[in-house]
Amino acid sequence: MNTATIDARHLLCPLPVIRTQDAVADCRPGDHLQVVCTDPGVMHDIPAWCRVHGHEVCAIERSDNEITIEIQVGEAD
Amino acid sequence: MTEQRKAVALISGGLDSLLAARAVMDQGVHVEGINFYTGFCVEGHTHAIREKDRARPKRNNALWVAEQLGIRLHIVDIIDEYMDVVINPQHGYGTHLNPCLDCKVFMVNKAREWIVEHDFDFIITGEVIGQRPMSQRKHTMTVVARDSGAGDRLVRPLCAQNLPPTLPEQKGWLDRDRMYGFSGRSRRPQMALAAKYGFEDYAQPAGGCCFLTDRQYSVKLEDLWKTRGRREYDVDDIMLLKVGRHLRPRADLKLIVGREEGENRFLEGYRKRFVHMLPASHVGPLVLLDGNTDANAIELAARLTARFSKGRDAGQVTVEVNDRDGNSRMLAVRPMPADEIPADWYL
Repeated sequence: MNTATIDARHLLCPLPVIRTQDAVADCRPGDHLQVVCTDPGVMHDIPAWCRVHGHEVCAIERSDNEITIEIQVGEAD
Repeated sequence: MTEQRKAVALISGGLDSLLAARAVMDQGVHVEGINFYTGFCVEGHTHAIREKDRARPKRNNALWVAEQLGIRLHIVDIIDEYMDVVINPQHGYGTHLNPCLDCKVFMVNKAREWIVEHDFDFIITGEVIGQRPMSQRKHTMTVVARDSGAGDRLVRPLCAQNLPPTLPEQKGWLDRDRMYGFSGRSRRPQMALAAKYGFEDYAQPAGGCCFLTDRQYSVKLEDLWKTRGRREYDVDDIMLLKVGRHLRPRADLKLIVGREEGENRFLEGYRKRFVHMLPASHVGPLVLLDGNTDANAIELAARLTARFSKGRDAGQVTVEVNDRDGNSRMLAVRPMPADEIPADWYL
């Protein structure tokens, strides 16, 4: 199992979703991906994208200016 | 056993593409969604930036549609390729800088490439004859199918009965009688169909999902091209045109003034790319300077920055001026009175 981190700070939705989608395409089922963002829209959009593609959101952590979403890649892609 | 056919639906997030995809799914076809991000999509951006919008529920409507339908959605970044559509539209612009017909041709062509790459059979759009004045007329339906290269693999389920049979109909993959014959601008047939399917809370037709249909945005883009002397842009340019108050007090200087905390925070992301300033003695906006930043420009910009601060009525406001290398200095200025700011400085 691998863990990768994507820097999607200062990108506005849907670009963080697109970066996530591109990174997931290079992952294997069970891999973990951390996406670091600043656009609060990701709190809705990345989980929604994960739901339609069969990936699991393991955690969402929010600090003052950053949001980190951890994803476990599912079998679907 | 009959092979299950596969189609990709262009999903904008609006009602028509939702219904079109659903109508085809009902006939046993495997459908996936595709959504193209041009950089000009209204979806999401301003909601994400402005503080006052943060309390509102946010959702990406294309993803919402995919969830309602239970299909995958592929979001494709076409910002760079789309530039040629905006700059050189073969079929011209709409009322503003919206190249709607070229846009539709471009997107259907990208979907055509996608179905070839992914071994899908046909393309679905939510187009309805007569729905849009530029891109959804009977004549343009033919143009889109022809110029995109999709030909008879392009299916418009909501108005299919008003158009010649497509390949999926000829092959028996789709039953024409189970599609629709909608036309015109009325939304009633779509709303009735949505009710039949049990779809609620869908995005309301807003009359524009693209900033290029917005007059003020188009004025700012024209200004950018004119002052640069060339018709081009990059992704940061088109983002910044959506944010803040834009003033051009001189031909060689534009100011982008944050209107509230959310916009100031967004503009901070550009502080290494632009000379920027903010009031130090009073609460006020972050201001980016685009263009010539000679001493006169700095003085003028500082007075305008002071004007948009809480110190607008004070005799003097201290403004922090920052260069691109992170060096800063203080400048004390008299705020510019409102009546000294000509209306044509505002873009």
